[in-house]
Amino acid sequence: MNSERKTAPDTPVLRMQGITKRFPGVVANDRVDLELYPSEVLALLGENGAGKSTLMNVLVGLYRPDAGEIYVRGERVEINSPRDAAMLGIGMVHQNFMLVPTMTVAQNVILGIHDLAFVPNMREVSQRIRELSDRYHLQVDPRAYIWQLSVGEQQRVEILKLIYRGASILILDEPTAVLTPQEAEELGGILSVMQSEGKSVVFITHKMGEVIAFSDRVCVLRQGAVVATRNTEETTPRDLARLMVGRELLFRLDKQPAQPGSEVLVLRDVYATNDKALPALSGVSLAIREGEILGIAGVAGNGQQELAEAITGLRHIKSGELHINNANLTNCTPLKAIEAGVSHIPADRIRMGSVGDMPVADNIAMKGYRTPPMSKHGVLNRQRIGDFARRMIEAFQIATPAPRTHVKFLSGGNIQKTILAREIDACDTLLIAVYPSRGLDVGATESVRRRLIEQRDEGRGVLLISEDLDELLTVSDRIAVLYEGRVMGVLDAENADREALGLLMAGASAEELPGASSAVDEPGA
Amino acid sequence: MGFALLLTSILTITLRAGTSLIYATVGEIYTERSGILNLGIEGMMLTSAVVAFGVAYYSGSVWLAVGAAMLAGGTLASIHAFLTVTMRANQVVSGLSITIFGGGLASFLGERLGPATNNYALVGLVGPRFSAVVIPGLSEIPVMGALFRQDMLTYVLYLLVPLAWAYLYKTRDGLNLRAVGENPQTADAMGVNVMRVRYLATIIGGMLVGVGGAHLSLGYAPGWSENITGGRGWIVIPLVIFAMWNPARAVLGAILFGGINAVQFRLQAGGTTVPSAYLNMLPYLATILVLVAMTSWETLSHHIGAPAALGVAYMREDK
Ligand SMILES: Nc1ncnc2c1ncn2[C@@H]1O[C@H](COP(=O)(O)OP(=O)(O)O)[C@@H](O)[C@H]1O
Ligand SMILES: [Mg+2]
Repeated sequence: MNSERKTAPDTPVLRMQGITKRFPGVVANDRVDLELYPSEVLALLGENGAGKSTLMNVLVGLYRPDAGEIYVRGERVEINSPRDAAMLGIGMVHQNFMLVPTMTVAQNVILGIHDLAFVPNMREVSQRIRELSDRYHLQVDPRAYIWQLSVGEQQRVEILKLIYRGASILILDEPTAVLTPQEAEELGGILSVMQSEGKSVVFITHKMGEVIAFSDRVCVLRQGAVVATRNTEETTPRDLARLMVGRELLFRLDKQPAQPGSEVLVLRDVYATNDKALPALSGVSLAIREGEILGIAGVAGNGQQELAEAITGLRHIKSGELHINNANLTNCTPLKAIEAGVSHIPADRIRMGSVGDMPVADNIAMKGYRTPPMSKHGVLNRQRIGDFARRMIEAFQIATPAPRTHVKFLSGGNIQKTILAREIDACDTLLIAVYPSRGLDVGATESVRRRLIEQRDEGRGVLLISEDLDELLTVSDRIAVLYEGRVMGVLDAENADREALGLLMAGASAEELPGASSAVDEPGA
Repeated sequence: MGFALLLTSILTITLRAGTSLIYATVGEIYTERSGILNLGIEGMMLTSAVVAFGVAYYSGSVWLAVGAAMLAGGTLASIHAFLTVTMRANQVVSGLSITIFGGGLASFLGERLGPATNNYALVGLVGPRFSAVVIPGLSEIPVMGALFRQDMLTYVLYLLVPLAWAYLYKTRDGLNLRAVGENPQTADAMGVNVMRVRYLATIIGGMLVGVGGAHLSLGYAPGWSENITGGRGWIVIPLVIFAMWNPARAVLGAILFGGINAVQFRLQAGGTTVPSAYLNMLPYLATILVLVAMTSWETLSHHIGAPAALGVAYMREDK
């Protein structure tokens, strides 16, 4: 892709100049200048909270800047609403999905299009969506309801919406955060198709690897200000990391060999269905011992979510058994699971992991509040809750203005740290972590991973569901691969190689693997 | 034959009693679909009923009266829209205020709008009304002929309900409306003008409620009396839930209420020994019971429910 860049940049299609945007207590954008040229992919790099989303929300008319000017194709423009932006051919895939769950894919795609027929022909719309999904490899059923789709599929709908509208300036806000490694790679293909059609892309990310792989130029934001703009060819990941964080970063994780003890979690032949009442888990047998981390690899939507929910009592197990610390907890209530010492870091940290409209302190206390010292005879002890929260905020380095700040005002990384604080403090036997570092910047990711290993070292069993192979390989001790609700094999993380994992993730059975199956235990063995 | 006649007469009364409810329910469905809960229906119906009767009495035109009632309902609804959409006031509080205000205003107007000969009151006056227009031929069909012995406002419904349904589910604007009620952030980001949609849905909803009020004083009662609605404005709230926010289903709920009303009416006319207070209570009680049962069954078996953003104010840049 890098080679395709025109060396003599003509006029930029987009120029943002001196953009300043303040929120109560923060300067989210501080006199930001940004230029985007035709047919280029510009990476916008920065840590959580650097102001990347804010800058782009200003561009699409959702936020009003306090100062600054925007020029599109050389002309000064006023963008007061997303409709104005759409008229200028600017479209954005938002970090948090902008989809209506109770509507179909097709309805979501056409929503708000300004020259839509009064009575839209849904058959034609679906047909066109199918064509576009073929062309860009964004497979999705136009008639499916959004609530039925996995996050990965929902992301595809988001991208389809832009393409359907024929936007020529596309903004993708951390699009890979919810994609599998393969899907993320495919995104590269999608980007080059877009480029070849003359479209320009702003690609928001906090991952250096993606900057190098996908972009022509990179603009680094730190604390709301542009700290550097470089040609991607002339920079290195190390360089970028330093610019982004403002200090040298260590890319290493110290980990002692596991000291596994007795089994804390045993799943025997577990069957469960998903929200669409289709089979999600089809005879899963797994065991986790104390002091070990079992990683679960797999393409999103192969039963990971349902597995975590079955263990935590959130999903009905149709048949099979679930034992925690030798107690049969099949189809127990979530409270029973909590009492058995099971902690859960859910995939959706906004909807399931935290209550946005409640203070950080209350979110941290949300598990321990039932018992003394945080409450007595059902009356909360505010003093104790406050003390506890302050201790946790300190220990987990949660960046929040105050314990009483509402969680929704924190950045993604700090929301995740809040959940970690609560869950890890309450964890006694088993920690279930679902995509725990999804969407987090390097600093936050590092601290999440450290915490998981720390829990293992303290003798708890950890189940780590992740889509990031590097994470699975570095953090876990053993890796089980889920495919269509079945365990395809369990590998020793030390000896596992990516290719074998990839094949298992694609549905190959353990025997079919090239080389020895020596590293592969039979499921349930 | 006697039985068929009885059924026909019950169905005739059912539709007559249900008409105002269908207008008001469809109106409230549109309002709630945009995410705005308007609990002011009772007050809006009362005000538009008195306005309709007054205008009909002096002008002699029932259609002019209907227009005035729509204006009254729409005006009260626009106050609600201003308070909840622009000022982001609590929707429940604003709606209840409209009900109290509308109820008081209606009583006041009922005491002042009348001619001097009637002590300036409207109570007890006889004015122009929507009377039944019997359609030759069709009205002779056994039982279902009742559908064709109705007044003009009921006939309008035969057209309005399918149109309201198609508008909501088949058109661009209906899609926008539903999206605004489900997820205003998304609708806004996709280029839908959330404020405009909410204002329009609330005001149009109020106008339909106004027609419902007009039917009470011009068709069903007819005439003006204190508390002419008899709490129908409140019945609309559960009817909307029963209808699952679908205008086509609004008819079912309204017919249920109207039907039980018609039956108890018959019973009273037939001289039953059951005290009339109990019979009068019956439609309300039965409606609530059936609604609760049906609704819980529906929500359990389907993935539908209230618009997700019902009652939630929206403002850009809010987190
Ligand atoms: N709507 C809002 N209200 C208040 N503060 C906000 C809002 N949006 C963003 N912020 C704050 O602005 C800063 C930048 O946020 P954001 O642009 O989302 O960062 P990034 O996308 O780079 O992770 C953060 O401190 C965030 O809390
Ligand atoms: Mg962001």
